[in-house]
Amino acid sequence: MIDLSLTQMAQGLASGDFSSTELTQAFLDRIQQHNSQLNAFISVTPEQALKEAAVADEIISQKQANPLTGIPLAHKDIFCTLGVKTSCGSKILDNFTAPYSATVVDKLAAAGMVSLGKTNLDEFAMGSSNESSFYGAVKNPWDTQAVPGGSSGGSAAALAARLTPAATGTDTGGSIRQPAAFCGITGIKPTYGRVSRWGIIAYASSLDQAGPMARSAEDCALLLKAMAGFDPRDSTSLQRCVPDYPSLLKEPLQGLKLGLPKEYFGDDLNPEMAERLQTAIQELEKLGAQIKEVSLPLTRLAIPAYYVIAPAEASSNLSRFDGVRYGYRCEDPKDLEDLYKRSRSEGFGAEVKRRILIGTYALSEGFYDAYYRKAQQLRRMITEDFQKAFNEVDLLLAPTTPTPAFDLGSKNNDPVQMYLEDIYTLGVNLAGLPAMSVPAGQVGRRPIGMQLIGNHFDEGRLLNVAHQFQQVTDHHLQAPRLD
Amino acid sequence: MKLEAEELHKVAHLARLTLEPQAIEDYTQALSNILNLVDEMQAINTDNVQPMAHPLDATQRLRIDEVTESVDRELLQKQAPATEQGLYLVPRVVE
Repeated sequence: MIDLSLTQMAQGLASGDFSSTELTQAFLDRIQQHNSQLNAFISVTPEQALKEAAVADEIISQKQANPLTGIPLAHKDIFCTLGVKTSCGSKILDNFTAPYSATVVDKLAAAGMVSLGKTNLDEFAMGSSNESSFYGAVKNPWDTQAVPGGSSGGSAAALAARLTPAATGTDTGGSIRQPAAFCGITGIKPTYGRVSRWGIIAYASSLDQAGPMARSAEDCALLLKAMAGFDPRDSTSLQRCVPDYPSLLKEPLQGLKLGLPKEYFGDDLNPEMAERLQTAIQELEKLGAQIKEVSLPLTRLAIPAYYVIAPAEASSNLSRFDGVRYGYRCEDPKDLEDLYKRSRSEGFGAEVKRRILIGTYALSEGFYDAYYRKAQQLRRMITEDFQKAFNEVDLLLAPTTPTPAFDLGSKNNDPVQMYLEDIYTLGVNLAGLPAMSVPAGQVGRRPIGMQLIGNHFDEGRLLNVAHQFQQVTDHHLQAPRLD
Repeated sequence: MKLEAEELHKVAHLARLTLEPQAIEDYTQALSNILNLVDEMQAINTDNVQPMAHPLDATQRLRIDEVTESVDRELLQKQAPATEQGLYLVPRVVE
């Protein structure tokens, strides 16, 4: 039951092979059994889940079900969930119970999905390894010595370990795609503005975007259809129709022009990964795709531009945590300034403080032009490079990461070493493009991801190509063996 | 570029953070490394390039000026560390 696709689960529910209550209980049992080893969940909500499952069973028995009715999922603990602890992986929100739900949470609940709980993440989504969480690192189910990636590492690990069949994630600089790659699952970061940001705890508002994480492109298509759409409560929400993604999956790939950005296949890329990707490219050629090399000359510059823009926006967004209205407050503040400073200093972890400091510095008097303005200019140049590439090809194909998952603790000492890991994912966020990570094999026992990047609004084509690829490969069906 | 401790304190104050004395060295080192990385930008000529604030160059959508959200003060204040009679409590600011 736990290995079924979402479509198969819906069929099983409709035909009465099992109930939503049984399905939900099966995943709750898996969580009970394996979460202590993996640390993928921060909160599990069994009572609420079983109540929602009972409602779903009622709807199914009345033949009123949607394609997702009664199917369990887990939310990254960055999405506000009414009445449930929403920590964002931080001590400063350890005591916070959300007084409302994010639009995405409401939409998926309205589609009939059953929420199992909240998954672990890097503190305030700032990290590429899940080690910056106040609740401790998540372990990669394929190899518990390895990181699961970040920041949506809990969602990715939970999916790989079959603790949930579906999950939400957010991607500001690669936080859906990189953990998806490291854990051997499928995830899509939609076009900026496609999915509502309302009720998602903000990190960098001009880059943040939520998306689904699942075990196949087909599952992602079902989930994205339910998550996406205009939301008047999000001021940067796209006012565009949402295509019926599942119906686009079967399009043939004959004549599809796939571009390989040569800068993504340089010396940074692990040679064994390059081989696996070559095999994947051949599969796509057999399906009718035409391959062409393209160039994105400013690829490397996405790193410095991102690590100015994101911290600058974060320093502003995180100023709301003041120890007054919600969240952690220090003991015995001697005056208001002491209250602010100690509540924030005791409540935030080291990486969050580093990013707040860098962002504050970049925005401070005398430095704005050299840092923030310069980064925003580079952002335009990087975006224009992508547009030039899309004049020549339909989609881009690249590795998601330069290496497979690295060891826990191996990159903690120097933040810059960790930032360099993001080289293949950051440009997409700066340009607001949709992109996904699709399993493409393993190196050692660690999965690797193939990244597909589309032009704005082209999620349907990404899902289509990923689905066709998954019809002729079985990387996405592999599961780790757990003790 | 190396960030000096004095500069670090100034920035920390702007961000309303205090840094433990024993952590200062770590922070100056880490932040200096980050600034070195970020300074790679300066090698690129960006003269006459319009800064890009929004990935789709969209402008801010305006909504009709009417009340759409209601606030349940009691519910929201349940999250606060200290409240009294519907007000948030902080240390005395004015004597």
